[in-house]
Amino acid sequence: MKILVGISKSPDTTSKIAFTDGNSKFDENGVQYIVNPYDEWYALVRALELKETIGGTVTIITVGAAADEAVIRKALAIGADEAVRVDADPKDAYYTAAQIADYAKSNGFDLILTGKETIQYNGSQVGGMIAEALDLPFVSLATKLDVDGTTLKLEKEYLGGIQSVEVALPAVVSCAKGMAEQRIPNMRGIMAARTKPLTVIPAVQVEDLTSFTGYTTPPAKSSVKLIDPNNMDELVALLHNEAKVI
Amino acid sequence: MSVLVYINSAHGIGKNAFETVTYGKKLGDVTVVTNGNVDDASLAKLGEYGASKVLVDKALVDADDQQLTRLIANAADQVGANTIVFSHDHVAKNIAPRLSVRLKAGLVSGAIALPDADGTIKVNVFSGKAFGSVKVNSARKIISLLPNSIQPESVGGSAVIEAFSGNAGDAKVKVLSTKQPEGDIPLPEAELVVSAGRGLKGPENWGMVEDLAKALGAATACSRPVSDIGWRPHHEHVGQTGIAIRPNLYIAAGISGAIQHLAGVNGSKVIVVINTDPEAPFFKAADYGVVGDAFEVLPKLTEAIKKFKASN
Repeated sequence: MKILVGISKSPDTTSKIAFTDGNSKFDENGVQYIVNPYDEWYALVRALELKETIGGTVTIITVGAAADEAVIRKALAIGADEAVRVDADPKDAYYTAAQIADYAKSNGFDLILTGKETIQYNGSQVGGMIAEALDLPFVSLATKLDVDGTTLKLEKEYLGGIQSVEVALPAVVSCAKGMAEQRIPNMRGIMAARTKPLTVIPAVQVEDLTSFTGYTTPPAKSSVKLIDPNNMDELVALLHNEAKVI
Repeated sequence: MSVLVYINSAHGIGKNAFETVTYGKKLGDVTVVTNGNVDDASLAKLGEYGASKVLVDKALVDADDQQLTRLIANAADQVGANTIVFSHDHVAKNIAPRLSVRLKAGLVSGAIALPDADGTIKVNVFSGKAFGSVKVNSARKIISLLPNSIQPESVGGSAVIEAFSGNAGDAKVKVLSTKQPEGDIPLPEAELVVSAGRGLKGPENWGMVEDLAKALGAATACSRPVSDIGWRPHHEHVGQTGIAIRPNLYIAAGISGAIQHLAGVNGSKVIVVINTDPEAPFFKAADYGVVGDAFEVLPKLTEAIKKFKASN
């Protein structure tokens, strides 16, 4: 089975989020980049588990600059066979999805996996966009994924509950928590990643559907009002009369 | 301006639908498109919130992503909609991106406000640590609105209900079974949320969290460590790698308030933190704090809520 996994870089989850250039750009100063957790922990690891049980190859693809190759090597160290980098600034989800779809179209994959969203844009857009561009079925927010011959059996988050679905391959799936467990790359994996193939391809031209024009950070909370733990009636009264939330 | 609002009727027509129609109404003339087993009386309620027309394809049950995409695209063409609005739920995450590609319409996901004067729309980014302003460059736009971002407003109108055939084709994704949410209120839509963390010491102690949630009519949530060790189901995990929520009230017991957890909840209107450690970072993000043992405070709070509910 040929599996393609879309990988994005994300700022480390402990990063201080600040902006620069008149609040128009994310301030990368001192920021460590990691593989977006949903792409790595769930999509990539499940792809590797499938490869280990039923055979096949795992290709990762990212849209980004040469500086992102450290993140790509991390994904290779975890166990992907090869990597593709589309040499472009990922302007928005549509741009990114169009690049991945274009590569997938000419290279033929049985299964395309993405994380459910990135932890910086939280858009949940790229997977569904790839599916539409390739006219493939799409299952979002999958928490369990098994392959039975040419059929995918999945569980997905559905409006607070869980839905079981099946779909014939090829298909696109976005992956959420529960699908797999995080893997820590070992020394052998890290060494092997240095020599695994990393192909750089040019971007295809795509219109800009959306752009971010600026950012703001939430206003700081005024100081906390402390309530005596033995006087919960007071808290309830405050929630009712002052905060007006109950 | 013609606005198309997609309503998912799987759990009936409720607050999310009214929020989405209210949002649409502020942008223009609203037509709703929906599908599945839903009665006309429920659909008629959408008129009260400003929908002038409801297109319903009742034959389309357990529809997959491609069918719903066709249904909505066909409805958008029929009414000449230049803006399509979703509630940013699991169904929207499945179909809005497809629709964006099909219609070449820029998608704004996780919108938390109406468009600004310059047309940009504010969204949650960095998992709730910041907001971004998104400009749509295409003629048509799609907006996926985060639940609890706008108050539903009754305008007292009425809607014409029309049968609509979405020409949706066959489903490729087959639904085998659907397990309904355990609580009554799905967490992403809940206005009141009671959450707990490792401070509760074990899954057997969640009874008091559930008691408080029940007394309030709230949904339950948890921190990442609690879901990672399997004390609570994954879908309850709020935070940077779980879900981001914006309820009116978030009560956190036994959660220290790591930056990743705060990211998922700092869109909440009011935060109450209960922790034994007065230095817990969560107190800095809280509106009300109780320095005390959750094992004592939670039952007392539950009693106080019950007393309040009985007298109000």
